[in-house]
Amino acid sequence: MKADPAGVLTGAHYLDGDFACGEGAMAAGCRFTAGYPITPSTEVVERIARRFPTMGGLFIQMEDEMASMAAIVGASWTGTKTLTVTSGPGFSLMMENIGLAVMMETPCVVVNVQRGGPSTGLPTMTGQADMMQARWGSHGDYEIIALSPQSPQEAFDLMIDAFNLAELYRVPVLFMMDECVGHMTEKVVIPPAEEIEIVPRTLTSVPPGEYWPYHVNGKYVPEFARAGDGYRFHTTGLTHDERGYPDMSAECQEKCVHRLLEKIKNNADKIVRFDEEQTDGADVVVVSYGITARVARMGVDLARKKGLKVGIIRLIVVWPFPEKRIRELAGNIKAFVVPEINYGQMVLEVERCAAGQASAICVPHGGGGVHDPNDICEAIVRAAK
Amino acid sequence: MTTVTQQTEMVAEEHPIAPYLRMDRIPHIWCPTCGIGTAVKCFATALEETGVDLDKTAVVSGIGCTGRVAGYMKLDAFHTTHGRAIPFATGLKLGRPELLVIVFSGDGDLAGIGGNHFIHAARRNIDLLIIMVNNFIYGMTGGQNAPTTPLTARSSTMPFGNFERPFNLPHLAASCGATYVARWTSLHIRRLTKSFKEGIERKGFRFIEVIAPCSTLYARLNKLGTGFNLMRFYHDNAEICHGADTRDLGIDFQNKLICGKFVDEERPTFLESMHEHYNKILGDRYVPIPPEGGMIHG
Repeated sequence: MKADPAGVLTGAHYLDGDFACGEGAMAAGCRFTAGYPITPSTEVVERIARRFPTMGGLFIQMEDEMASMAAIVGASWTGTKTLTVTSGPGFSLMMENIGLAVMMETPCVVVNVQRGGPSTGLPTMTGQADMMQARWGSHGDYEIIALSPQSPQEAFDLMIDAFNLAELYRVPVLFMMDECVGHMTEKVVIPPAEEIEIVPRTLTSVPPGEYWPYHVNGKYVPEFARAGDGYRFHTTGLTHDERGYPDMSAECQEKCVHRLLEKIKNNADKIVRFDEEQTDGADVVVVSYGITARVARMGVDLARKKGLKVGIIRLIVVWPFPEKRIRELAGNIKAFVVPEINYGQMVLEVERCAAGQASAICVPHGGGGVHDPNDICEAIVRAAK
Repeated sequence: MTTVTQQTEMVAEEHPIAPYLRMDRIPHIWCPTCGIGTAVKCFATALEETGVDLDKTAVVSGIGCTGRVAGYMKLDAFHTTHGRAIPFATGLKLGRPELLVIVFSGDGDLAGIGGNHFIHAARRNIDLLIIMVNNFIYGMTGGQNAPTTPLTARSSTMPFGNFERPFNLPHLAASCGATYVARWTSLHIRRLTKSFKEGIERKGFRFIEVIAPCSTLYARLNKLGTGFNLMRFYHDNAEICHGADTRDLGIDFQNKLICGKFVDEERPTFLESMHEHYNKILGDRYVPIPPEGGMIHG
């Protein structure tokens, strides 16, 4: 369906990434946001707090990030689209209830405007060091969806996709911004509501009494009933059967968790998204995401001027990872070069998929700034040898 | 010596609260003589007698023995994470304001790990009925010390007796702004049911503490006999004092217990305050979240 015009601020704007992200959420139909202030993410909820009262939305500033995450999971069970926003330390605190959202199959979106870590780290400066936490941070086995925008415009555009993916797969979607994208101001064009395609919360047509909350009938994603419609369903963070009843057995664990993994894994081809450029005949392919993708482009341009054949893969959806494409490319190139503002996280995934066919070279940056494009160029030159 | 009276003519086809329970999940996990079952019975009776729309009633629990209540209630029921029942319920209530949302959980869950949420929800006057069964201990994990364990009482992690001062929960709730505060033991069946009914009918942050010392672990570790002996003790040593100064409601080891209704007042809820404020400031521009939820659906 088309977006609700009440949430769409159509026009050309000059916005920072945080504001654009908030606008994207409102355009996507988000009408409940709970959050706790944390730099450099707070502007997202400040924007929402100002705009929500005129569009039927409700923002509440909770007492901490655990409460914020729990509140958006609870509110999502009313059929309302929900969001919370944080940065590293808060992201750590949200992990348990992100797991609850995975287990209860609750659509919601969590924004992490990344800063330097560990611990309090660099509150006002950039980082990309929560990428593996996004994938593995909550305990137990699960699959997740995460996106990473490279600009304020993309912060808007990808927020729509984030909400749509959350609805399609009934999974929390993690929006992995970085402080640079969050705080850079650029032109953001917001289209008219009728040009924004959104996935609505689809309510089950099965009548109460016959409805089981986790009965999938051969599909991957169960049908949704919201609280207050007479279904009197039960849901739990415990391992559960199709009725949503706890079942403490290895058999039920296998069935329950396996589907949570399969619904993402087996749809990965539909979810995965990346930009690809000049990889045909390339010797080296640079893999990057977020702000680093824009810095890496300068490094690639420098290397191309030296006559090197360099391709680019820019991750848009970070999780699930474009495993297939990296595997294919690995057979044709010498090396992947992976700059990222951490000491080597997504490079591990590149290395795993390359499986020894091509080398995977990390170009680390500890955080607090972006790479020098010359460092990326040098890494490409070394990799091409 | 026990006397068994046969009253076969009174045997009903179905338990009177069966329509409120998920009978396909019975038997429950609670120990014989545990007070949680009685609290559930009183709660179901209160639902029946108030005649609330059960389709619009949701129950949220955290983790622990009382945390299993949501799992047995035939309502929209959410068994959430440890300590987070109140913020989860806050989302549920604010997301669909027409719902009656009840949090039913234990002292460890709501006052221990979830204590921060408890005080803030009370401060904001979120429209929630909080039923907290206080068993003086962490029951499900094996009798560890709780923020409610009376001084000198033994727990598995205070094997020489507890030296930490416990919470006086009605006082905590009242001082944070709860609109309704009451305490009963789980043997005060009629009074507890009446409090539940009042709690269901009131608005704002309503807090009802149900004293039901763990009949298995607390009783055994403190050599207090059976669960029934323990319940009997607290019932017989309960002093009913409505409107008591909440500062005087601390619970000492094997001492008198003050029960009653301590607070019953009206105060604008979070949503009422929000509507009033935005109406005043924004006027016609204010669009409140619809009672049936802020969803956009196809």
